[in-house]
Amino acid sequence: MGEFLEFREVSKSFGSITAVDNVSLEVKRGEFFSLLGPSGCGKTTMLRLLAGFERPDSGRVLLDGVDITDLPPNKRKVNTIFQNYALFPHMTVWENIAFGLKVAKKPFHEISREVDKMLQLIQMTDQSHKKPDQLSGGQKQRVAVARALINKPQVLLLDEPLAALDLKLRQRMLIELDLIHDEVGITFLYVTHDQGEAMSLSDRIAVMSAGKVQQIGTPPEVYETPRTSFVAAFIGDTNFFEGSVESLLNGDYSRIKVEDFPDIVCFNDKQILAGNPVYLSIRPEKIRISRDKPEDLPPHVNLYPAKVEDVIYLGSTTKYWVRMGEYRISLLRQHGRFFLDEKPIRWQDDVWIWWHSDDGFMLERYSEKDESLNPLPPEKVGEESDEEASFEK
Amino acid sequence: MKSNRRASWKEWFVTSPSLFWLSFFFVIPTLLVFAIAFKPANPYGGIGKGWSLQTLFHLANPNYPSILWRTLWISLLTTVICLVLAVPTGYHIARLKPRVRQLVLLLVIVPFWTSFLVRIFAWKLLLHPEGFVKRALVMVGLAGPESILMYNSAAVLLVMVYTYLPFSILPIYAAAEKYDFRLSEAARDLGAGAVRTFFSVFLPAIRRGILTSVLVVFIPALGSYVIPDIVGGPGSEMMGNKIAQRVFVDRNLPHAAALSALLILAVMAPLVMVLLLQRNRVKNDPFISEDS
Repeated sequence: MGEFLEFREVSKSFGSITAVDNVSLEVKRGEFFSLLGPSGCGKTTMLRLLAGFERPDSGRVLLDGVDITDLPPNKRKVNTIFQNYALFPHMTVWENIAFGLKVAKKPFHEISREVDKMLQLIQMTDQSHKKPDQLSGGQKQRVAVARALINKPQVLLLDEPLAALDLKLRQRMLIELDLIHDEVGITFLYVTHDQGEAMSLSDRIAVMSAGKVQQIGTPPEVYETPRTSFVAAFIGDTNFFEGSVESLLNGDYSRIKVEDFPDIVCFNDKQILAGNPVYLSIRPEKIRISRDKPEDLPPHVNLYPAKVEDVIYLGSTTKYWVRMGEYRISLLRQHGRFFLDEKPIRWQDDVWIWWHSDDGFMLERYSEKDESLNPLPPEKVGEESDEEASFEK
Repeated sequence: MKSNRRASWKEWFVTSPSLFWLSFFFVIPTLLVFAIAFKPANPYGGIGKGWSLQTLFHLANPNYPSILWRTLWISLLTTVICLVLAVPTGYHIARLKPRVRQLVLLLVIVPFWTSFLVRIFAWKLLLHPEGFVKRALVMVGLAGPESILMYNSAAVLLVMVYTYLPFSILPIYAAAEKYDFRLSEAARDLGAGAVRTFFSVFLPAIRRGILTSVLVVFIPALGSYVIPDIVGGPGSEMMGNKIAQRVFVDRNLPHAAALSALLILAVMAPLVMVLLLQRNRVKNDPFISEDS
């Protein structure tokens, strides 16, 4: 007996492309669960397998203890909010929302009552006679939500529902979706490539890449303790170093040897033995920067001199790119009190950067034995090229 | 959509050739046909002087109502059968992969590469008492050796459907190709079966294609003359045959003109109706989006 919703060793290929590769996944009842990954990672295929638009090549899909793998879409108690909403253009808002109940041959007074209730939930009672092309993007989205919820599905599937909206609207719908989830209390399966959406809405996230699940966990888990370098790079920004464990120090710390870089001390919770190759990842916001050499640092702090290459002022924070030999390191500084007479750190300044060894984390590098742990090397070690990503939001 | 806008001189300029062409070779001849219907015939096959209501008495011929009726129902049945065949065909062509789709579309159009007359004569050979179809049917036991497949209304209907089917498929395919098949998925997702999805989501979405398809089949079918002449018999004459007889056999042009006018009116009635319906719909038709 598994969880409420279960993918059991599911695989699906399209021609020579393996979209979903032997994925097993469990979702709890009432959970807000996200499938997060770049385009082409198989997350939408997972959703379509659950909705019944695709049949898996192998494996089973179970919902509430029932094997639904071979059921057609109309026999499954799941409903979908499509990326483009797929509202029926020849029907009014009212008819769109009523469609599911009409198909189910419910009596008219019941349909009428339920639709009115839904219209109230999405606050569109006065728009019920409009056709979809007379609605704004946010309104269409709300109609799509109502149309999917009126059937009281066991799982609501959301296929990048916010992708077509502009930033302001996206933030508002994000809150609305969260409220609706709290209100109706059904299980949500949310597919997105936007880590921000996934992090802010989800109870748990499954990070997918190349048809495989890389990691499942709560948002803080996947952010703070990524299991693979892919997860580390995909969720938020990070700096990667490629090195190997040189020696184990006392208290679970290790000294890491990195080529063309001073040694780094890092917390070695995974007890990786000396000589093993590792990736070392350190998030930009964990690195401190200062013009003067800091004093009275606690033990196990990595402190290095560096030169500022880029400064990007972002309002509440400033992003710096500093150079240390071959390496370009990004770091983020939260602004505290603003002093007019403060001498800011500028381009080409010589600075000190440091981070506590507890803030870095190590991932064992690709080994034949455990392919799933590190299937992808980071794109460019030490020279993170995620500037676009940081400007996007 | 800007609709109540006056045409600028540029638009007049650009459209004037087609306006000229249509008025001189279509509108004026049509009016002439109506006018000639009220002229007397002269004994040499020409048009006499003065005006006459003689032809109206000719139209009272007791044969005409049944021929007009047959023309209408054969045309209507042709349209319906074409539609029933074309809608699933258009649907499936639209779902094909682009490369296969091109090939299938080519196959739909291929009959046009052979002369219309040749194709009709080919049917005559097929349906001939000693023809391939007849012998095959007799062999299977579906037809007796004495039965006649040709020179009746069924043969006319069969060949009409054959002729007009491509004209019916193309507009429906064009509409289905623009159809967003995710709408069908949405309907399935909401609990509708395949049949329900087809009728309450797909058909309404391609209704303009269906309308076009009806027009391009029904109107030419009404004027059919060659098909009933070649594969039909005396019991399956249509208005087109009668008009031809009045011209070539009776050499009575006003009489032929009156029959033509009658047919034109019969064609105009449904056309005007459809146009009125369309005008009402265009105003808030969600399928005419700005980008299409």
